[in-house]
Amino acid sequence: MITLLLLFFPLAAALFVFLAGHKMAAKLALGFAVIELAISGYAVSKFLKEGSDAFFVFKPWIEYPKVSFHLAVDGLSLLMILLTNFLTPIIVLSAFNRIIPRAKSYFALILMMQFALLGVFMAMDGLLYYIFWELALIPIYFIALQWGGENRVAITLKFFIYTLAGSLLMLFGFIMLYWYNPAHTFDIRELYASAVSAKNQSWLFWMFFLAFAIKIPIVPFHTWQADTYRESPTQGTMLLSGIMLKMGTYSLIRWLLPVLPLGVAQWGPLAIALCVIGIVYASIIAIKQKNLKNLLAYSSLAHVGLISAGIFAFNIQGLQGSVVQMIAHGINVVGLFFCADIIFNRTGSQDVYGLGGIRNKAPQFTTVFMVIVLGSVALPLTNGFIGEFLLLYGVYEYNTWLSVFAGLTIILGAVYMLRMFKKVMLGPTSLPAEGFTDLQWNEMLALGIIVVLVIVMGVYPKPILQLAEPALQLILNKSIN
Amino acid sequence: MLSRTVLPGGGNLKSAKDFSSRDHRRPCGYLFVNVLEWAQTAPIIIGGMDMSRMMRVDHFSIAFSGLSIFTAALIFALSSDFYKDEPHHLSDYLAILLFVLSGTLVLFSFWNLVMLFLGIEIVSISLYIMAGSRRFDIRSNEAGFKYFLMGSFASGVLLFGIALIYGASGSFELDKIAAYVSAGAVSPMFLIGTMLMTMALLFKVAAVPFHFWSPDVYEGSPSLVTATMATLVKVAFFAAFYRLMVNGLIGVHDYTGDILMIVAAATMIIGNLVALTQDNFKRLLAYSGISHAGYMLLAILSLQTNSSSALLFYGTAYVLATIGAFAVAIPVFSGMKYESISAFNGLGKKNPVMAAMLTMSMLSLAGIPPLAGFLGKYYIFSEAIKNGYIWLTVVAVVASIIGVYYYFKVILAMYTKDADEVAVKATPLYLVVMILCVVLSLVLGIYPGVFTQLI
Repeated sequence: MITLLLLFFPLAAALFVFLAGHKMAAKLALGFAVIELAISGYAVSKFLKEGSDAFFVFKPWIEYPKVSFHLAVDGLSLLMILLTNFLTPIIVLSAFNRIIPRAKSYFALILMMQFALLGVFMAMDGLLYYIFWELALIPIYFIALQWGGENRVAITLKFFIYTLAGSLLMLFGFIMLYWYNPAHTFDIRELYASAVSAKNQSWLFWMFFLAFAIKIPIVPFHTWQADTYRESPTQGTMLLSGIMLKMGTYSLIRWLLPVLPLGVAQWGPLAIALCVIGIVYASIIAIKQKNLKNLLAYSSLAHVGLISAGIFAFNIQGLQGSVVQMIAHGINVVGLFFCADIIFNRTGSQDVYGLGGIRNKAPQFTTVFMVIVLGSVALPLTNGFIGEFLLLYGVYEYNTWLSVFAGLTIILGAVYMLRMFKKVMLGPTSLPAEGFTDLQWNEMLALGIIVVLVIVMGVYPKPILQLAEPALQLILNKSIN
Repeated sequence: MLSRTVLPGGGNLKSAKDFSSRDHRRPCGYLFVNVLEWAQTAPIIIGGMDMSRMMRVDHFSIAFSGLSIFTAALIFALSSDFYKDEPHHLSDYLAILLFVLSGTLVLFSFWNLVMLFLGIEIVSISLYIMAGSRRFDIRSNEAGFKYFLMGSFASGVLLFGIALIYGASGSFELDKIAAYVSAGAVSPMFLIGTMLMTMALLFKVAAVPFHFWSPDVYEGSPSLVTATMATLVKVAFFAAFYRLMVNGLIGVHDYTGDILMIVAAATMIIGNLVALTQDNFKRLLAYSGISHAGYMLLAILSLQTNSSSALLFYGTAYVLATIGAFAVAIPVFSGMKYESISAFNGLGKKNPVMAAMLTMSMLSLAGIPPLAGFLGKYYIFSEAIKNGYIWLTVVAVVASIIGVYYYFKVILAMYTKDADEVAVKATPLYLVVMILCVVLSLVLGIYPGVFTQLI
C-alpha cells in the first residue's frame, strides 16, 4: 500500500494543483511536496523495520505481451526516491516570489515529473519501467518549451528527439530480451535469471547503453545538454540535472549491469574510456565558459562522467561511490543552479566576467553559495568528497591510469568553480551587482536546507552507504556470476 | 436478410432521403442510432451464414467490423455540424458513407476473390464521389477526378490479377487457392497474378511507390471525407490485404515477402521524410498515413504468427488518434479559413481543451506511452521481430524517430507561436468526439487486455 501511496500521491497532487487555479498553485504544490516527503520519511522507517518485502507490489497487467504492474523498493531505489522527494519541495520553493505565467500548469507539470521519476525508480518490469521513462520526458519537455528562454523551441525539440531516439533503441532492446528469455516476460527477476548468449548481449548492450548514455549524458552524446540546461526555466534545469539524469545512472546499475553482464564485460572498457574522456573534456570546456549556466552544465557533465565511470568499474567501491555521488551531485547542482538563478534574477546577467563584488552587497548569499561550491569541488567534510573519493578508489581498482585521468576532475573542478566564484562574488562591486539584495525567506530556506545537507552528508555518510550496500552487493554478485 | 447485412447503405438510403429536411441534425441522429443498432445485431445475423462460400464470418471479420462500425459512428457524429451549411447534400453524403461502410464490411469477411473486388469497388466508387462532393470547389473536383483515374486503373490491375490467379488455380475461393499453392507446382501465371493483386492493394493502401495520389486527394477532399479515407477506408483495405495474404496466398509468402519488405521499408522512410517538409495539415496527415501504412505492412509480413490482433490494435489506435486530430482540425479550419499547420498557431492559448486533445492525438500517432499508439507500435514491432525481420524493425524504429519531428511541429505551433484574433470554438458534438477518442486512446494504452484477446 505504502508503495502505491508513495507513487500516486504526486499524480493526484498534480491534478489537484491544476484544478485549484493559478493563485494557490505554488503554495499547494509546496504543501503536497512536503506531504510526499513526509510519506517517504514514513517509508524509510518502514523499510528499516520490515525490509523491502513491505514494498512489494505485483499485479498482472497486460496479458500479451506479459507485462505486470511490478513495483519494488530496495536500498538503491529508496535512496533515489528520497533524493527525488527531497529535491522536489526545494525546487518548488525556489519558484516562490518569481513571476510565473500559467502557474497552475507549471507546478502541475513539476509534480507530474515527480510521479514519473518515482515510477522509474520503483518499476521492476521492463515495459512498465520503459513507460515511466518515457512519461518523464513529456512534462520536462513542456516545462522547457513553455517557460524557457529565447531559443527554446529548436533546442527543446532537439532534446526531445535525441532522448526519444535513445529510448526507442531501448524499447527495441527490451523486445529482444522479451523473446530471448524463456519465460517471455519483462519481469526483472526473470531477466536477471535468464542468460542471454554472449553474442546477443554484445549488441543488446548498445541498445541500452545508448539510451542511458544520452540521458546521463556521456560524451559524445551530450550535445543536447548545455543548451537545454541554459534555455530551460530554472526549475526545469534543476529537475533535469538534479534528478532526471540520475535516471540514467540508476538504470545503468539496475538494468544494464545485471541483465547484460557479458555485454558490459565486453564493452565496459570502451564505456569507461568514454566516461573518462568526458570528464577531462567537460572540465576543460567548463574552464572556458563565460556563461554561468553553461559553466554549471559542463561541470555537471564532468561529475556524471565520473559517476558513470565508477559504475562501469564494476566493483563495490565504484557502485557505492556512484550512489553517494548521485545524491550529493543532485543536491549540489540544484543548489548551484538556484544560486545562478538568484544572480540572474537580481542582475539580469549570466556573464561570469561581467559580474563581481556581490559579496559586498549580500553576505548571507555569499556564504551559502560558498558552501555549495565547496561541496561541488569535493572538499573533505562536504558531501562531494565522500562520493568522489569512493568513485576514484573504484576506478583505481579497475585501472590505475584511468583513475589518474579521472582524478583530474577534482583539480580542474576546483579551478573553474573557484575561479567562477572569485569573478562573480568577490572583488569590487560591479555595475550589475549594484542594488543586489540579500536572500529572501524562501531562498534562505531552500539554500539553508541544501547547505545543511551538504555538510551533514559530508560528515556522516554512513546511513547512505549502509542503505545502499545490500542492494548493490546483490546486483554485483548477480553480474559477476 | 442478405441485403440488410451486406448493404445497409441500400436499406438506409430511403430513410436518409425521408429525413433530408432543413433541420440538419435529425437525419444524423437517426442514422447514428441506426448504425449503432445495426452494430448490435449484425454479427449475430451474419454469424450463422455461409453465403454460398462467398463470405465467411470469423473472429477476424467480426472484430474488424466492430472497429469499422464504431469508426463510422464517430464520422457520423462529426457529419451533422460539418455539413451544416449545405443541407441539400446531407442525405446523399450520409447514404454514400453508409455504402462505404457496407463495402468495408464485405472486405472484412470475403472468402471469394469476386467479393474482394466487389468490396473494393463499393468503397472506391463511393469515395470517388465523396472526394469530389464539393462541386464548386476546384480542388475537390481535382481530388475526385485524380482519385477516380488512378483508382480505377488500380482496380483494373486487381481484376487482371484475379483473372490470372483464377486461370492458374481454377478457383476464386481462398481455401482452394491456398490448397493449389500448397500442392506445389505453382505456375508463373499464378505468380504474376499474385504480383498484380499485391500491386493493386498496395496502391489502395497508399504504400510507396504507389502513394502519389494520396496527398493530393487528401488535400483536395472536404476534411471529413479525408478523415473517412484516412481511417475507415485505410484500415479496411489493410484488413482485406491481410485476409487475402493469410488465407489464400500464404504459400507464396517467400515470393511476396521480399517485395513487401522493400515496399514496407521504403514506405516508412519516404512517408516520414516527405512529411517533414509539409505545411498543409491534411498533406501532413496524408504522409503520416503513408508511414503508418509502412508499419502496418510489417503486420502483413508477419504472417507466420497470428499478427492479426497486432494489426487490429494498431488500426484502432491509428483510427482513434486520426479521428481525434480531425475533430480538432475541422473546427479550426472552418474558423481560420485555411488548412496549413499555421492555422493551429496559438491554439494552446485560444482553446486549451482542443489544443490538449490534439496534442494527445499527435503523441499517440508518434507512439509515445501511455497512449494506444505506443502499444500498437510495440505489437507490430514485436511480431516482426518474432518473424525474423530484425533489420526491418530497426528501420521502423528509426523511421518513427523521424516521425516525432513533424508531429511535434503541430504541437509547437499550438504552444509556441503567437495567436491571432480569430476565435476557434468546437461544437459540443465535436468536443465529445475528440474527448472520447483521447480517452479511449488512453484506456487502450493503459489497459489493452480487453482488446488483444478479441481475435
